[in-house]
Amino acid sequence: MEKKKKSNYKRAKRRARIQSFFFLLPSLLGVLIFFVIPFFIVIYYSIIDNPINTEFVGFNNFKNIFKNESFVTASKNTAIFSLIAVPGSVILSLLMAMVLDKNIPFKSQFRTFFLSPLMVPVASIVLIWRVLFDHHGAINDIVMAFGGKPVDWLQTSFSQVVIVILFLWKNLGYNMILFMAALNAIPQDVTEVCKLEFAGEMKVFFKIKLRYLSSTIFFVSLISLINSFKVFREIYLLTGEYPYSSLYMLQHFMNNTFASMDYQKLSAAAIIMAIVMTVIIGILFVIDNKYSKDIEG
Amino acid sequence: MLKFLSRFKKKKEDVGPVVHYEATDEDIKEFTETLIDAYQDPHVLPLPKISDAVKKANRKKRGRKINRIILTIVACVFAVSFLLPTVLTIANSFMAESELDSNYGVIFKSYDSESGDESGKATYVTKKVNLKVIPDKVSFSQYITVLFKSPDYLLKLWNSILYVIPIVIFQIAIALGAAYSFYRFRSKLRAVIFFLYVALMLMPFQVTLVPNYIVADRIHTLNTVWAILLPGFFAPFSVYLLTKFMRRIPKSLIEAAKLDGAGEVKIFFKICVPLCKGAIASVALLLFIDYWNMVEQPIVLLNDSAKYPLSVFLSQINSGETGLAFAVATIYMIPTILMFLYGEEYLIDGISFSGGVKE
Repeated sequence: MEKKKKSNYKRAKRRARIQSFFFLLPSLLGVLIFFVIPFFIVIYYSIIDNPINTEFVGFNNFKNIFKNESFVTASKNTAIFSLIAVPGSVILSLLMAMVLDKNIPFKSQFRTFFLSPLMVPVASIVLIWRVLFDHHGAINDIVMAFGGKPVDWLQTSFSQVVIVILFLWKNLGYNMILFMAALNAIPQDVTEVCKLEFAGEMKVFFKIKLRYLSSTIFFVSLISLINSFKVFREIYLLTGEYPYSSLYMLQHFMNNTFASMDYQKLSAAAIIMAIVMTVIIGILFVIDNKYSKDIEG
Repeated sequence: MLKFLSRFKKKKEDVGPVVHYEATDEDIKEFTETLIDAYQDPHVLPLPKISDAVKKANRKKRGRKINRIILTIVACVFAVSFLLPTVLTIANSFMAESELDSNYGVIFKSYDSESGDESGKATYVTKKVNLKVIPDKVSFSQYITVLFKSPDYLLKLWNSILYVIPIVIFQIAIALGAAYSFYRFRSKLRAVIFFLYVALMLMPFQVTLVPNYIVADRIHTLNTVWAILLPGFFAPFSVYLLTKFMRRIPKSLIEAAKLDGAGEVKIFFKICVPLCKGAIASVALLLFIDYWNMVEQPIVLLNDSAKYPLSVFLSQINSGETGLAFAVATIYMIPTILMFLYGEEYLIDGISFSGGVKE
């Protein structure tokens, strides 16, 4: 009798397992058809010489692309941008969330203000940014008012700064909301106990809050990484196909290659990008698993 | 974490049970006397003066107040700079072309002179940029042009709606199922698939652009609306977000429903979906903003500019028509603003906890 009950339970569980898998099926099929299988075609393209001849050339396309100067510049610029922008946005938005977490008047109004950049259409952002950062723009007026020399923001090495500011302006609000939610979710009693024990606000933050925030930090980093690739849209509209060299991003390279229909170059670049991204995500996942294990949620 | 907490517990136990004791006046008198004695006794280390402690506390209190004021000011400065582009967009849309010229002429006219558009006209152009939040004279001329004189814009706006609404609805519907599956059971296979989703989600559009193009070419949807809709339906972004949110639903709820004889379908529709309402709203908002502003996909996948959404059109308005661009942008912003006003609470609730169920 006992045995039968157990096997019944097991069978039910297995059935639930299979049934719940069916919920995944539509999505999985779509993803396979629209993203995964075509990706294998891309891999195929990257190891042949051209779509008509279809001769196997091994890693030649990859070798060529690493020799391609614009690809190397583009990857370098993109890497620098992401390395500054992603950690910057995580840290700044956390700080902002902590400031708003304190009892500041008009909290919810501030929250709305910080979210407002999400509403502005890209084209309008580009126009405004030109008004602000043009050689004759508003920022230079301020610089000159303080006795500085006007800077041609988009045509010098300062251009990266402009783009980072644009990125931060656009994304800090949402990241901040994510952090505010996470800060709210930290159980009060834990922080209270710690305050009684070692008092210092800094210590409470680093020893307790950061632990609870770790999974949100991971999440925000992922979102910021995605968004750091989306900022290209603004860069492209701001500066055109061939911007100042420190603004030449991988996306420019991809777009220009796409326009010239060079499938081999394009596929090789896409695969390299995909591999790098996968490695980064893998690292983030490992870190996340290590740190958020002992905290539920 | 538990181990970490138990350390505090032990310390507390060592102190022994706390006894509540109401001090009488006599006790207080005695206590102060001993304090004064101790203070006057040279052999006892000097105790800090009570007035000192009070001062310190006051200082701390004042410091906190000043801190709060400083923080508020900093937040205000940040908020203004964050709000500026939005305000400028709306303000500029109510300015006549001539006012915009005199405000931003230096910037946008220089581009025109290259193309030789304005070379014949001599317009007054200031040397400096004028950032004005309130127009000198409110003018609706831009709006009249957009709304009545060129029906093209409204047509494109309609296109935008036709792309965004189905994508948001279907992507979320499909993603909910996938998220449920990832939430319900964890196994090696599902972990691998989930990782695949995250990896795909993070791929920049320029990477998925080639596969998208290839598929559209193979299934002959190139240059039709389906070229944009179909990949949009299956994009893995919302699967990841919804899974993240759904995993916060306590498993005990599911077990209880199972004991009551609910099947998977019932659990999904009666428990998981309603509990994820906030999360669904916040994901919908994000998706809406994302697809409402899409530029690259239509350009690559569609040849026919009549099928373009307004966002593409907007990004191609050149600098000669600045005023028009601002007016179109403002109109384009209205649905987003409405969604924000309506959905902001959801956005925040959806992130913090799905439906208010805590473990």
